[in-house]
Amino acid sequence: MTTATLKGNERPSIGEFFLRAPAVGPALALLVAIVVFSLSTDTFLDLDNLSLVVQQSLVVGTLALGQTLIILTAGIDLANAAAMVLATLIMAKLVVGGVSGIWALLLGIVATVVIGMVTGSLVTRIKLPPFIVTLGLLTVLTAAAKLFASGQAVPVADELLKWLGTRRYLFGGIPITYGMTLALLMYLGLWYALTRTPWGKHVYAVGNAPESARLSGIKVNRTILSVYIVAGVIVGIAAWQALGRVPNADPNAFQLGNLDSITAVVLGGASLFGGRGSVLGTMMGALVVAVLRSGLTQLGVDALYQDVATGALLIGAVCVDRFARRQQS
Amino acid sequence: MRQRSLAALALAAALTVTTAGCTVERHWGGGSNAGGGGKAKVGLVTKTDTNPYFVELRAAAKAAAEANGAEFSALAGQFDGDNDGQVRAIENLMQQGANTILITPSSSTGVLDAIDRARKAGVLVIALDTATEPDTAVDATFATDNFEAGRQQGAYVKAALNGKPPKLFMVDGTAGSTVDTQRHTGFLKGIGLTDASPEIKGKTPANGDQSLAQQGVENLLQRTTDINAVYTMNEPMGRGTYAALQARGLVNQIVMGSIDGGCEGVKNVRDGQYAATVMQFPKKMAEQGVLAAVEYAKTGKKPSGFVNTGSAVITDKPIPGVESQDTKWGLENCWGTK
Repeated sequence: MTTATLKGNERPSIGEFFLRAPAVGPALALLVAIVVFSLSTDTFLDLDNLSLVVQQSLVVGTLALGQTLIILTAGIDLANAAAMVLATLIMAKLVVGGVSGIWALLLGIVATVVIGMVTGSLVTRIKLPPFIVTLGLLTVLTAAAKLFASGQAVPVADELLKWLGTRRYLFGGIPITYGMTLALLMYLGLWYALTRTPWGKHVYAVGNAPESARLSGIKVNRTILSVYIVAGVIVGIAAWQALGRVPNADPNAFQLGNLDSITAVVLGGASLFGGRGSVLGTMMGALVVAVLRSGLTQLGVDALYQDVATGALLIGAVCVDRFARRQQS
Repeated sequence: MRQRSLAALALAAALTVTTAGCTVERHWGGGSNAGGGGKAKVGLVTKTDTNPYFVELRAAAKAAAEANGAEFSALAGQFDGDNDGQVRAIENLMQQGANTILITPSSSTGVLDAIDRARKAGVLVIALDTATEPDTAVDATFATDNFEAGRQQGAYVKAALNGKPPKLFMVDGTAGSTVDTQRHTGFLKGIGLTDASPEIKGKTPANGDQSLAQQGVENLLQRTTDINAVYTMNEPMGRGTYAALQARGLVNQIVMGSIDGGCEGVKNVRDGQYAATVMQFPKKMAEQGVLAAVEYAKTGKKPSGFVNTGSAVITDKPIPGVESQDTKWGLENCWGTK
């Protein structure tokens, strides 16, 4: 999962341990938060509530999955939430226009894939920094969504589009939505692709040291482009998740989705310089934020202090990363 | 008390599971949230928690809850339009066992699904300030009649023009938002125009933001300065508009109106920045909402329909035929920091 290596039979230092398994830090934070909130409130440790917390993290968690891929290649996507909002509007408006749910869903995903291809092409062919490309796209897509919807929210009545949020079953007493199931499958799938396939190794290599990746025969541009396309698919699915949560496509929604997804990825132990990070870590990162919000809310902590806590945690996570790197070198 | 409600919740959950099998779709908070014969637990969900209007609403609700022995907790979205955050807030309040939720919906359709879930679990849901579409999605709505508030502003501006044909700029809020649309059409009705009237010399949306309003009006003034009336959808935008007009030396030839009734806005009227503002009463919305919650907890009786909490024209230049209050009255009844 990471490129840090151990020499011989040395016992790993704490720093190396964190570098080897970037998900351990956020997992510990998650565990601590869950224990603290379970002890300090009557309402947190409740199967329904735990299910809710996961459902509340799904949209950002899915966006963060695509963001992880892009950050692994030392890129960043500031436009993912805007693309997602546009996709929710496309899906909703198509359904209102009489198109069947399945086609609306697919065309919405096609739109985000096209956006991914455009981003990827600008990054690989014209060598623009991903930050600039997606900053521009953020503005373009936000405006496009508002123009497309004439500023109006579009309620979604289609069963398929709402399906991820409305259909649920019980697993060991815990209410599980299909959205949760799908997210889990996506995380597993991407975990497999990143750790067990040549493509995954290329993604890490490209992010870690693009020049040596190129010299060792990896098609750097093609790998990066593929990352943006896969991330596009994921953003499209995030749009489906979003409609499952709130069956109402709103051009003003998810204004902080891009930053929330970056927060989850960084809390999950990924490096913004590329090449380091994991799908499992991102999952933990997304969950930590949702657990904090839910637990602090139930403790009656003001939302602004919750923002303070989340921000502080983020800076703390990067400090751990720095510390680990220094230990290594 | 909390322990007991948790036990009740667990029991209710267990009952639901055993009676309905184990692949049921069920609603959260099952059974513990209904009113009747108990203590009021009131949750308030506002659009954001930083806007002074919502701060006032929250403070008033909190005070009313304390005065009536109700439990109170307030949550909010992170920005205007944060439906996801409001849904999360509703879920968390239900999780905490709220039996009444007062909500200022971020979008009139955005959170209906979550509201529906809450109502099915027995929670009384009252929309404050902003109506839902359809309005039957909630049990009741306690709000300003925004169309009427706009109409009052329009009627005042028309009267103040004293028979001169209007040459109007319109500074709108967020395109497509319900409140914006209602105030806008109300204003046009009050002044006697339609959206297609040539008397409208320019329109700019400014998202309720002062600096955007200033920019927008500056740009409109590049096109023409031959105007005599300005509609602003709220007071921060009124201030931005004033700055733009003042820079071009146009202040004295223009009748400008606004809506909100924040204390700063009333002071703006007193200081002559605009001729009139239409005051709304968030405190009333919050207090009536909490009282309804207390009633519901005691008796299980739910309010229904649209309850207009009223609006009043505030101006120091009263015009015969238009009912208004002066800024002294305005400062006594305004919301925000006095």
